[in-house]
Amino acid sequence: MSAAEAATSTLFDVDAIRRAFPILDQQVRGRRLAYLDNAATTQKPQVVLDALVRYYQHDNANVHRGLHTLAERATEQYESARDRLAEFVNARDRSEVIWTRGTTEAINLVAQCFAQSELKAGDAVLISELEHHSNIVPWQLACERSGATLRWIPLRDDGTLDLSDLDALLQGVRLVSVAACSNALGTMHPVREIADAAHAVGAAVLVDAAQATVHQRMDVQAWDADFVAMSGHKAYGPTGIGALIARRSWLERLQPWHGGGEMIETVTLEGSTWNEVPYKFEAGTPNIAGAIGMAAALDWFDGLDHAALLKHEQALLAATVAGLGSIHGLRFIGTAPVKAPIVSFVIDGVHPQDLATLIDQSGVAVRTGHHCAMPTMTRFGIPGTVRASMACYNSFQDIQQLIDATETAAEILS
Amino acid sequence: MDIETLADNFELLGPWEERYRYLIDLGRQLEPMPEAEKTEQTRVRGCMSQVWLTHEISAESPPKLHFRGDSDAHIVKGLIALLFMAYSDKTAEQIRQTDIKALFGRLGLESHLSMNRRNGFYAMVERIRALAEQPAAA
Repeated sequence: MSAAEAATSTLFDVDAIRRAFPILDQQVRGRRLAYLDNAATTQKPQVVLDALVRYYQHDNANVHRGLHTLAERATEQYESARDRLAEFVNARDRSEVIWTRGTTEAINLVAQCFAQSELKAGDAVLISELEHHSNIVPWQLACERSGATLRWIPLRDDGTLDLSDLDALLQGVRLVSVAACSNALGTMHPVREIADAAHAVGAAVLVDAAQATVHQRMDVQAWDADFVAMSGHKAYGPTGIGALIARRSWLERLQPWHGGGEMIETVTLEGSTWNEVPYKFEAGTPNIAGAIGMAAALDWFDGLDHAALLKHEQALLAATVAGLGSIHGLRFIGTAPVKAPIVSFVIDGVHPQDLATLIDQSGVAVRTGHHCAMPTMTRFGIPGTVRASMACYNSFQDIQQLIDATETAAEILS
Repeated sequence: MDIETLADNFELLGPWEERYRYLIDLGRQLEPMPEAEKTEQTRVRGCMSQVWLTHEISAESPPKLHFRGDSDAHIVKGLIALLFMAYSDKTAEQIRQTDIKALFGRLGLESHLSMNRRNGFYAMVERIRALAEQPAAA
């Protein structure tokens, strides 16, 4: 163990954390599982599984409607989850939290609302060359619908954004939408700097926080973001739940995008009036169990020592880069100075798919492909990368298993 | 080499490293596919690796289907070689009778046939089966 490893391991008890995640204790293909696909989805601690089961065993009812005891209990827990999320992201007010299915739905909500009332021909929407498809395609659809044009901030060779022409790019822009952290390369973007420049020209700002949620302290006010999209399942919570956190003035101004129960105040056959914010944007029975599970995940995650966790993650990142870096022909894609523990790489002359097939044989779960960021892959002239992404429960043993597996794979394919 | 001999050979190989080395070697011995044949028509849709497939139908009665294919990924190329051992120069009826899942299961390679892989290989099996159903192959 290196000095750096020893220093973090005394502060951060990975073994104790691993015990909270029953799924990690298993063998795949006869090997110990090393789960390094956390940017795709994280595993869930037992407390989250318990919260889901407890809700369905004891409290299940539809929220906001019934006057019976179970309905009150379900509503109480569901609305408490909203409070918990508001607190976690440092929202200005609980009414700024809208439950969605996840980041993708949150971005689509904003994109469709903007297409309806905010964007017109001659306007522009600005994204970056390093976005997930879920922060590209909704804007393509919105631009198509409204006649606005889509622009992007270019990417430098190290995987950071080239902000040198930002002021020129911002001319005529009504909304800027960027990720706080890239899922494909791990680059952390200077969100506040971009937000300040955007606000200076009167543009709204959306931050895709899907990856950032667990790799930095989330603070929507520090970002000064108008909209923040996030997913529960990338933050130790269940799939199918996430949130849009939005400035209240925007929520008052935008029109509903889905119609149905819950989002109305009065309905006649001639027309309807809308419920108050945030319910105006929450049509239909929500994912009650998901919201409760997500709150349980945030509670659990908040209980960790975050300073020690960030150190641990950065030590894992450094160990991965050092170990993989010695493999002949291996090239990292994305070498930004400020990175989440996400490592994308290729080996010259080796197809990423071959590499991943063989790495899988060693019980190591990594992601291969374009990571839903095809424009980024095009920018680097590659079909895809192999990506290892870490979470709080990853150990140095996981990293060593990845390095050994990659060495073996490279040797077989050479 | 026919597929049965190959399966016997495969079973003699020990750990997965040897099996994959052998598979990659099989891919290297695949009949070359001329670049001109790698067109949009012959491309099989996949997620990551590129895969192409062409076929010829012999003048025999009943006719046999001969396949040529290629991929930019070595392991997929090896899998194509395996697939052709089972399917190439066979009649449509023989292709219909071949239980490819059982065969890949015996080789310990069944996961490559799952849809999740989306490597174009699954789609290739589907396309071969569809070609065997065309009137020209009857």
